Amino acid sequence: MANINGNGVKNGQELVKLSKVDKIYGRGERATEALQNINLTIKPGEFVALLGPSGCGKSTILRIVAGLIPASTGSVLYRGQQLHGVNPHTTIVFQAFALFPWLTVQENVEVVLKPLGIAPAERTKRALSLLDRVGLDGFETAYPRELSGGMRQKVGFARAMAVEPELLCLDEPFSALDVLSAESLRGELMELWTSGAIPTKAILMVSHNIEEAVFMADRLVVMGKGPGHIIADIPVNLPHPRHRKERAFLQLVDQVYGLIVGKTQTEAEELGAAPGEPGKVRGLPHVQINAISGLLERVNEEIADRVDLYRLAEELHETLNDLLPAVEASEMLGFATVESGDLSLTPLGQTFAEASIQARKEIFAARIKRVPIIRWILTKLNQDEDGRLHWDDYQDELEEFFPLEEAERQIESAVSWGRYAELFYFDDDDDTLFIEKDPVASADGNGSTPLGEPEQEHIESSKP
Amino acid sequence: MSGSSGNIMKGSVHMNSVRRNTLGTPQPGGRLLSAGDIVILIGLAVVLYAGLRLAIPLPTPVIGPEINLSASALPWYALLSVTRMTVAYFLSLSFSLVYGYIAARNKSAERIMLPILDVLQSLPILSFLPVVLLSLSALLPQGFAAEIAAVILIFTSQAWNLTFSFYQSVRTVPGDLQEASEIFRMNWWYRLRHMELPFGALALLWNSVMSWAGGWFFLMAAETFKVGSRDFRLPGLGSYLQKAANDGNTTAIVLGVLTLVSLVVLLDQLVWRPLLAWAEKFKIELVENDNPPTSWFFEVTGQSRLATGFTSRVVVPIVEALDRKFGGSFKEQFAPTTNAIPFWRKALRNGLLVLVAGVLIYGGFRAIQLLITVPLSGWGEIIVAVLATGARVAAALIIGVLWTVPVGVVIGTNPRMATLLQPVVQILASIPATALFPIMLLVLVNLPFGLNAAAILLMLLGTQWYVLFNVIAGASALPQDLKDIATMFKVGGWLRWKTLLLPALFPYLITGLITAGGGAWNASIVAEYTEFNNKTYTVTGLGAIISQATAKADYGLLLAGTLTMIGVVIMLNRFFWRRLYRLAEERYRMD
Repeated sequence: MANINGNGVKNGQELVKLSKVDKIYGRGERATEALQNINLTIKPGEFVALLGPSGCGKSTILRIVAGLIPASTGSVLYRGQQLHGVNPHTTIVFQAFALFPWLTVQENVEVVLKPLGIAPAERTKRALSLLDRVGLDGFETAYPRELSGGMRQKVGFARAMAVEPELLCLDEPFSALDVLSAESLRGELMELWTSGAIPTKAILMVSHNIEEAVFMADRLVVMGKGPGHIIADIPVNLPHPRHRKERAFLQLVDQVYGLIVGKTQTEAEELGAAPGEPGKVRGLPHVQINAISGLLERVNEEIADRVDLYRLAEELHETLNDLLPAVEASEMLGFATVESGDLSLTPLGQTFAEASIQARKEIFAARIKRVPIIRWILTKLNQDEDGRLHWDDYQDELEEFFPLEEAERQIESAVSWGRYAELFYFDDDDDTLFIEKDPVASADGNGSTPLGEPEQEHIESSKP
Repeated sequence: MSGSSGNIMKGSVHMNSVRRNTLGTPQPGGRLLSAGDIVILIGLAVVLYAGLRLAIPLPTPVIGPEINLSASALPWYALLSVTRMTVAYFLSLSFSLVYGYIAARNKSAERIMLPILDVLQSLPILSFLPVVLLSLSALLPQGFAAEIAAVILIFTSQAWNLTFSFYQSVRTVPGDLQEASEIFRMNWWYRLRHMELPFGALALLWNSVMSWAGGWFFLMAAETFKVGSRDFRLPGLGSYLQKAANDGNTTAIVLGVLTLVSLVVLLDQLVWRPLLAWAEKFKIELVENDNPPTSWFFEVTGQSRLATGFTSRVVVPIVEALDRKFGGSFKEQFAPTTNAIPFWRKALRNGLLVLVAGVLIYGGFRAIQLLITVPLSGWGEIIVAVLATGARVAAALIIGVLWTVPVGVVIGTNPRMATLLQPVVQILASIPATALFPIMLLVLVNLPFGLNAAAILLMLLGTQWYVLFNVIAGASALPQDLKDIATMFKVGGWLRWKTLLLPALFPYLITGLITAGGGAWNASIVAEYTEFNNKTYTVTGLGAIISQATAKADYGLLLAGTLTMIGVVIMLNRFFWRRLYRLAEERYRMD
């Protein structure tokens, strides 16, 4: 932590300063906001971790800092100077390593020294010494495909350190590795960083693993999505090396879990508006029905009918980001509520978890008819004479609210929910969504489920 | 004749890049024939017209070379043929690297360059041969003109799929590698040398193997082109075989075929196999291949002092010098750049646009004037000819499917058989059918429907391999669990074909047929009009019309025939094959 070797940088001066940064993709009606009003500074000596659910724009911030993509508005300063193009003082360690498969380990490190104009002999010397330092001596002539994931990422680190960056950007560098390799690589990086053996002055790490971030970073920047914004900036004042079972450590992890999962809001806010209605359109979480019922069943087994999400994730060997879509869907459908990192089932959620296959379908159908996007799809289908509409009819309209790919995924999720609930169907041959127009199978909401009324009460009573 | 054959040995990466070559990238929701396509077609008409204008003063008799049938002349002829191939191949390769790179890297260039490429790669190239030969002969000394025409013809048969493959590669370099190259501040040269070229190498190489095989087909056609008193032949293996067949000289036929086959085998063993084995290291997948291509020659040279010495003394210094020249250091690249286009460049661009439009309008007008000279009866003949040639093409394709599907399934579902027969089939496919055509004639010409049979046989021999390759690939890609399920539920006989094999093979079959179809139309130029034993044999057909018009210097009819051929093939691609292809992509994909 006490890694202040401030040559060239005045004490206290920020390396990175983002002020009021927005990032907008697309133009005109199709424009979607990825980041909103981001203010972030990184000082020399800091190890900053960016945390948040998938799609919150963590990686976008990292790429703006590295100069790979420009901010739409706001200022991006590096050492007080406006950044144009690639930031020459940073480098990135990539999630999927980004090694050149046709170059050997040694060549992969040497090749990044070429654009710096370093002579061949010096290149070789530096590459060999770095590979030695990360423990890859003996593997110089191996090709990346011959190495394990952990060793490949070591090459990634050696390559990044070869250009001696002032600011090291880590883009989920451990998430593609197996648990044990990731653990040992984290330890080795921390050793290099805390001992000051590398000239790096600051580290910015994107992570979806809260525990990992608390284990390594000095500051946790927690983000939320829709559009990406910073929720909290939490200092970590634990001495290195940190221990995962310590109380202070666990408390911090729990706190961040609570921040990311959030608190279940009122039904209206959870559901949002349908396209074309006033208000904010809320997208469907992309999750398989099986994952929702799996989560509910699992929580239903708990004696207390509530579960600490951090503990649950650990038991399932998953990260929070893997669980989040199912959690969000459960909240949206009124099956569960979340508060300060704990998830508890509503009576409806319990009923669902214990119900038979057919009953589940009925409950599910009744619930998703309240979800604005589903309701919107059904209304349009009901208004259509044949009850058939082309995929593109929906996609075009949704693109006003979501980026192209997200709009596509929204319909995909809606189709998979609608099919499960037997509310509407999809014909893959001609890309149309359709309903069966005879009155028996009609999807008009009343009477098709015996659980129509009681649900209302469940929701009411489950609100704390 | 460009398209998908070699892909069978490779994984899906190459499959995709090779498959798309034949049809270009269909734009989602795009029209089948866009305004851009029409401009390009007009451009082609203008080019053809200009070529014919040049040819008008050409005297009718064109004197060809004397071909010597003695065995001692064969090595010389073989050398001549290989030299033409080599020159054309390196031209194609250089062209495709430059064109593909610019199209992939420059957004505004891409919008013009890609549609052009898309049309060019579906052209029936042989239909250009008469026009190219006539115009060049009017400009250059006869022998030289024929040489250049042969090289141009081979070039046009090879360049497009190479270009498309490289374009695709540059475009599809994985995002994180591109980001890495940016963050480590590689300039264009380092990106090309360390990223884009290696990434594209494997696909480029497989396409080269195919292009090379396709090139033989066109070289043989170019070497033996003779219509009426216009003899455009070139001394080479093709004309040797033709003369041997013409004279009924069995010894010479056997010697010529032997030379041709051993040439194909030698090049395969000493050039392509080693290159493929070497290029294995450019695979992007981070897993080891179970069954990588091997080459005895590659292993031998890998250990030889001469080869390693050559690498360290010649290759390495050259590459280092290039690095010094183009590599630069990153400081100079990071001067802030302005996006504004200077005024003079805009003016130049607009001026150029006006010029091109002017040429197109004027040329198009003149081309139409020439077309008007074709009498109505001429157009009637052309329509009948299109139908006749179309029937032959269909016959060749149907016969091809009938035998290749069962044989391909047997080979493809039996891994041992596949490894055994694969190289044999590849060699067979590399033997240019056009070289064997005179020999087919020798046997068939005096039978009833002889030339018809020979024409269909030529089309079949020239194109069936594409179908076979793809069927084998499809059959070997059939998942074992599906086969097991079918066996478990005792799905056999016709039901097995209907529910399992045909749907699974459908995409592959379509891919093969698209390439085969294009090739068959091409073949009609040489197949439907031929001179044998000083007699002219023709059948009704579009190829015959083009050849006859060349012989009779009827330039209006020649232009009309050539344009019709181009139009028919492009329409078939767009309105028939592309639809089937989409259906195959959407409905019958395995993944």
